This record gives sequence, structure tokens and C-alpha cells, in this order.
Amino acid sequence: MALVSDLINLNLTDSTPKIIAEYIWIGGSGMDLRSKARTLSGPVDDPKKLPKWNYDGSSTGQAPGEDSEVILYPQAIFKDPFRRGNNILVMCDAYTPAGEPIPTNKRCAAAKIFSNPEVEKEVPWYGIEQEYTLLQREINWPLGWPQGGFPGPQGPYYCGIGADKAFGRDIVDAHYKACLYAGINISGINGEVMPGQWEFQVGPAVGISAGDELWVARYILERITEIAGVVVSFDPKPIPGDWNGAGAHTNYSTKSMREEGGYEVIKKAIEKMGLRHKEHIAAYGDGNERRLTGRHETADINTFLWGVANRGASIRVGRDTEKEGKGYFEDRRPASNMDPYVVTSMIAETTILWNKS
Amino acid sequence: MSLLNDLINLDLTDSTKKIIAEYIWIGGSGMDLRSKARTLPKPESDPKKLPKWNYDGSSTGQAPGEDSEVILYPQAIFKDPFRGGNNILVICDAYTPTGEPIPTNKRHAAAKIFSHPEVEKEVPWYGIEQEYTLLQKDINWPLGWPKGGFPGPQGPYYCGIGADKAFGRDVVDAHYKACLYAGINISGINGEVMPGQWEFQVGPSVGISAGDEVWAARYILERITEIAGVVVSFDPKPIPGDWNGAGAHTNYSTKSMRDEGGYEIIKKAIEKLGLRHKEHIAAYGEGNERRLTGHHETANINTFKWGVANRGASIRVGRDTEQEGKGYFEDRRPASNMDPYVVTSMIAETTILL
Repeated sequence: MALVSDLINLNLTDSTPKIIAEYIWIGGSGMDLRSKARTLSGPVDDPKKLPKWNYDGSSTGQAPGEDSEVILYPQAIFKDPFRRGNNILVMCDAYTPAGEPIPTNKRCAAAKIFSNPEVEKEVPWYGIEQEYTLLQREINWPLGWPQGGFPGPQGPYYCGIGADKAFGRDIVDAHYKACLYAGINISGINGEVMPGQWEFQVGPAVGISAGDELWVARYILERITEIAGVVVSFDPKPIPGDWNGAGAHTNYSTKSMREEGGYEVIKKAIEKMGLRHKEHIAAYGDGNERRLTGRHETADINTFLWGVANRGASIRVGRDTEKEGKGYFEDRRPASNMDPYVVTSMIAETTILWNKS
Repeated sequence: MSLLNDLINLDLTDSTKKIIAEYIWIGGSGMDLRSKARTLPKPESDPKKLPKWNYDGSSTGQAPGEDSEVILYPQAIFKDPFRGGNNILVICDAYTPTGEPIPTNKRHAAAKIFSHPEVEKEVPWYGIEQEYTLLQKDINWPLGWPKGGFPGPQGPYYCGIGADKAFGRDVVDAHYKACLYAGINISGINGEVMPGQWEFQVGPSVGISAGDEVWAARYILERITEIAGVVVSFDPKPIPGDWNGAGAHTNYSTKSMRDEGGYEIIKKAIEKLGLRHKEHIAAYGEGNERRLTGHHETANINTFKWGVANRGASIRVGRDTEQEGKGYFEDRRPASNMDPYVVTSMIAETTILL
């Protein structure tokens, strides 16, 4: 019999000018990604030229049944690595029919912060290190771990290779290429300290695009795990005990930090971050208290401390930045389930707009 | 086997001018699709130029054994996504040897309604949202559901992604591209509220072609599930209890509704539909009473109500239509197993002719 994959991989560019656009949005929990597809009459490369759409918000916990339409505004376009051809993925945010962002729409407020002239002037760059854990489908136990038991203790797994140390590399590698194909600024991948845990990095991305790119990278990852028959978890501490948690360390710099004398600007920025530690922590992901214990390469959640090359700190400054007197710093506090729109815009707001008063 | 696939995927266009035409018709239950293929001497794109054919109606519950020939009249051509090349799928309807439509032929009467001058003038457009459920083959339990058990309750599955939320996407995606290839006006797809349930939309299509395209899309879907080894169900309430049913919401507009002042026309049309609620419901699919309960985004089968953006109504008008004063409306009553020839022509008849 002909294969289903022959049909999935059909290249339609010779049959029709029509393309398929997959509209992606964030659902009611703030972490559940949703998407549906529509046919467009021809290729599109400018999100402003894409039609707005709508979805049934009563099915995603975002609207009541008697007034269920939620409007999707297209914000960013990426090439679709699953359908290829001229087909696209479209990252959207959600609004009421009256044009107000719905409560779970964190992009709108972030975009406001990023278009503040003071912030725009500083051209904020972000590099986000997204960690995640792969789980076996029906038992929700990490991939590669024995059913009802545990693998040997952490040590051999970080960047490890071999069937007894690296679990799920095919997903990670497929994801890397798929993201590059899509036009996402994916800068690297590595196996993590806990077996079955991996990391990819997105960046440097400017302003609001950091959030767009990270969300689409998460979308592509979960579509790939769907194909592979495993479950992806963004829980910040998937296995309690002597097993690393999962974070989303956020590297950050502004124009001033990247220029001569930048190190002083960095130190001032970190000081401001310290004064708003509680506010940031509250926005850095649910369940982070299970992860930020002071052990396993984290700083305790109630402590704010920074240091050069210090992985046990809240904020780490790299040795090259210290040496060159300019560069960037790494906020190690965000959890793997953080919302990048919230975290990136909050860091910009605190370091550029906020005045200690 | 790869050798078998090599043969199935042979491109014959360099070997011969001949093409293969798969003639498709609806069987005796009104929902079972049937087809068989024949060789034609060269490519053809006009259904009127295709030869009539016939089949054994006594094997499909459509004719007695002693007089079993049922005649197939070709009505619409689509490119064959399975055979590729210049090969075609042909949607047909069925007639007695003396030229009468057989009782299960619903296309014939629909075509009459659509060629009525009053109806033609209004250029009726249809967008049909076909929902369906994928079932595991030998146990007839939804795809992705644990054998002998249930998945977590509805919530995460609507437009969801991930191996624990989306079951059978490869079938859905293969179907989307196959339909586009075939020339069907498929306008989108989405995962539905019940896990293992999906939806595709066909339209906007004018008049009788809406029915032709939906039937061709259903045919392609069942051919794909055949390859994938799963079963497709068009039952309107496949799993009783707190699980959504499956519908075929039919979006509709006429020229008057799409022009300035259209919203008033829409309201009048909805009123007429309300007066014929019972007649429509009787024609909107078997077993619909198990689905139209007033829960799970449906209106109760005995109630006719309409509203803007109201998914619990019989007929829903979109906010943009309300805002712009013109547009279309959505009849949410038809079940997934409705016959699109019947539903589309009945809506036109009620709103334009009566």
C-alpha cells in the first residue's frame, strides 16, 4: 500500500499556489500550546499581511460558552518544518473581539515595554537556555529510566554519549535542524546533568522576538515529541531528590553593556535586579521553589546573590565579561516553565526603566 | 515492502497516455462509500465527457438480484492523490437503467434545487466543518485511548499538541495535503475537544459542488485511514457521557447576505429556518438526538435558538458578521453523518424558495 508519509510529504508547490498556515497560540494555563491550520491563497512573508482569525476560547479556558470567540493576531512567521514547501507557522497572541488582550496574553504588555523609546535605544539582546525533560508516554517517568526504578547517580550524563547515558537524542537533533529550517535563531544544544534532560539555546534575539522564537521552538519540540511518542515536560523539578531541576537561564545585555565601560552598567543593572528579587521570582515560573534550593547549581529562592563564574548564584557574570570590561550577564533564576515574554520584558523594565525610589 | 511501493508509485505518464479513473458512489446505507476503477484512453478534465458506467446494486442494497444494474453518471472530477499522474477520482450519482435516480441518490434532487433560477441568482456559498473520530481497528475504541479505560477529561485536547494530547495527526495532515492536491477546497483542520476527534473544513463552495467536495474529502479520508490501519467513524456521539459529539456545522450565505444590508436578510433567513426546525432536524443525520443534548456546545434537539458568538445555539452568527452588517451564519445542528447534498439544498430551499 502507498504510505501515509508519501501524502504527508507531498510537495504541493507544483499543484497549487495555495499554502497552509498553522496559527499557534498559548492556552488558558499559560503553558499549553494550541494550534490549528488554514489554507491561504498564496505565500505570505509579512505577519501584518496575514488575516486575523479566531478560536473557541470556551474550549481552552479562555472565554465563556455564550461569548466564546477569541481573536488571534498574527505576530511572527516561521517556515513550517513539518509541511515544508511554502507552508508556514504563525505565532499569534489573543484578544477579545473589542481588541483588548485577554488575561493570559503576556505578549501585548511585553511588546509595549519593548517599544518604549528608552528600551528600544538600548537594543536588548536575549539568549535563553531552555531545559526540558523527556518522559515515557504512559508512565510519565523519564525516558531511559527503568520502570519502577532509577538510573545510576548524576555524573556521566552531562553532554554524554552512548546508549546508557544519552536518552532521546533523535528528538533533540531533529528539533535542532527543524528550528534552523524554520528560521529560529537556535544557537546550540546539549545533554543535561539529569539523564533524559536536555537543553537548547535560542539567541541572541532582540526584544520581543526572543519570546516569539522561544515559544515557536517549544511548539516545534512538542510536535516532534508527539511524532516520537514521548512526552515533553517543562516542570522545573520533575524528579524530587538528588536530581537536577530544569531552568531557563536568561542571558541579557544592552547596548551600553556591550560597549566600553559596560561592566559598570552591568553591575548597576544587577543591583536593581537585586532590589526587585521578590517581584522577579514571583514571575519566573510556577513551582520554582522546588528547584531553587541552593543545591544542584541553583541559588536558594529567598537569596539574591551574584558572582563571576558562579553557578550557585542567582546571577552569574562570565569571566570574559569581567576581563573585557563589557558583555552580558546570566539570570539563572527563571524556571523551565517561565513565560519568555514576561521574563525578557521584566528584565528590560527593571534594568532600563525602573528607578529605585 | 519497498518493491510494492515502487510499483504503486509508478509514474505512468512516460509509458502510456492511458489514465485510471476511480468511480465513487454512495451505497445503500447512505453513508457507505464505494468505488471501482477503469482505464480510460487519455486524460480527461470534463465530467460530461466521461463515460457512464454501472455496478452491481444487489451487492450494495440498492437493487434486486434479478435486475441488479445501477447506472453511474459522472458528476465531478478530482485529481487522484493515491495514484498521482493524470489519474482521477470521479464523484458519481446513481440511476436506474431507465434514467430515474435510485432512492438513495440525494444529489439529483439537490441539483434541481440548485439550478432553480431564484437559487442560482443568490449564488449560495457553503463552508462545512466535518468532524470525525478515529478508532483503533480491532476494538473500535478511540485512537490513543487506553484499552478498557478512558483518557483524562476534556480540556487539553482542543487544538492540542504532544503525544499525550493529539492522536492521529499523521492521518489528518496527510488528508489535508491530499485534498489540496486533489483540487478540493479544503480550508483548514483542527484537533477537536474529544481526544482522537478531528475536524476539516471544506469551502467556500458554491451550490452542488459543496456536496461533491465533502463526499470526495470523506472518500479520501477513509482511504487514508485504510492505509494507516485505523477506522474512521462519522457517528455523531461515538462515546456516551461527558465526551463531545461530532457534528458537521454548515456555514451559509447568499449574495444578498454578503451585500450591504445583509444582516437583515440573515435574520429573516434564520427565522424561516426556525419555522421548519423539525423538518430540518429529521434530515440532519441519524442518531443526532444522542448528540444534541444542550450540553457539550450543542443546543437541545427540540429547541431552536440562535445567537451571536453563542456555541450553545442551534444557529450561531459570528461577531464580524454582526459588526459589519453582512456576512454568513452557521447552522450547528447537522450531525457528522449528515448527507451534504440534503443539508445544503434544504437550507437553500428553506431560505430562498419558501
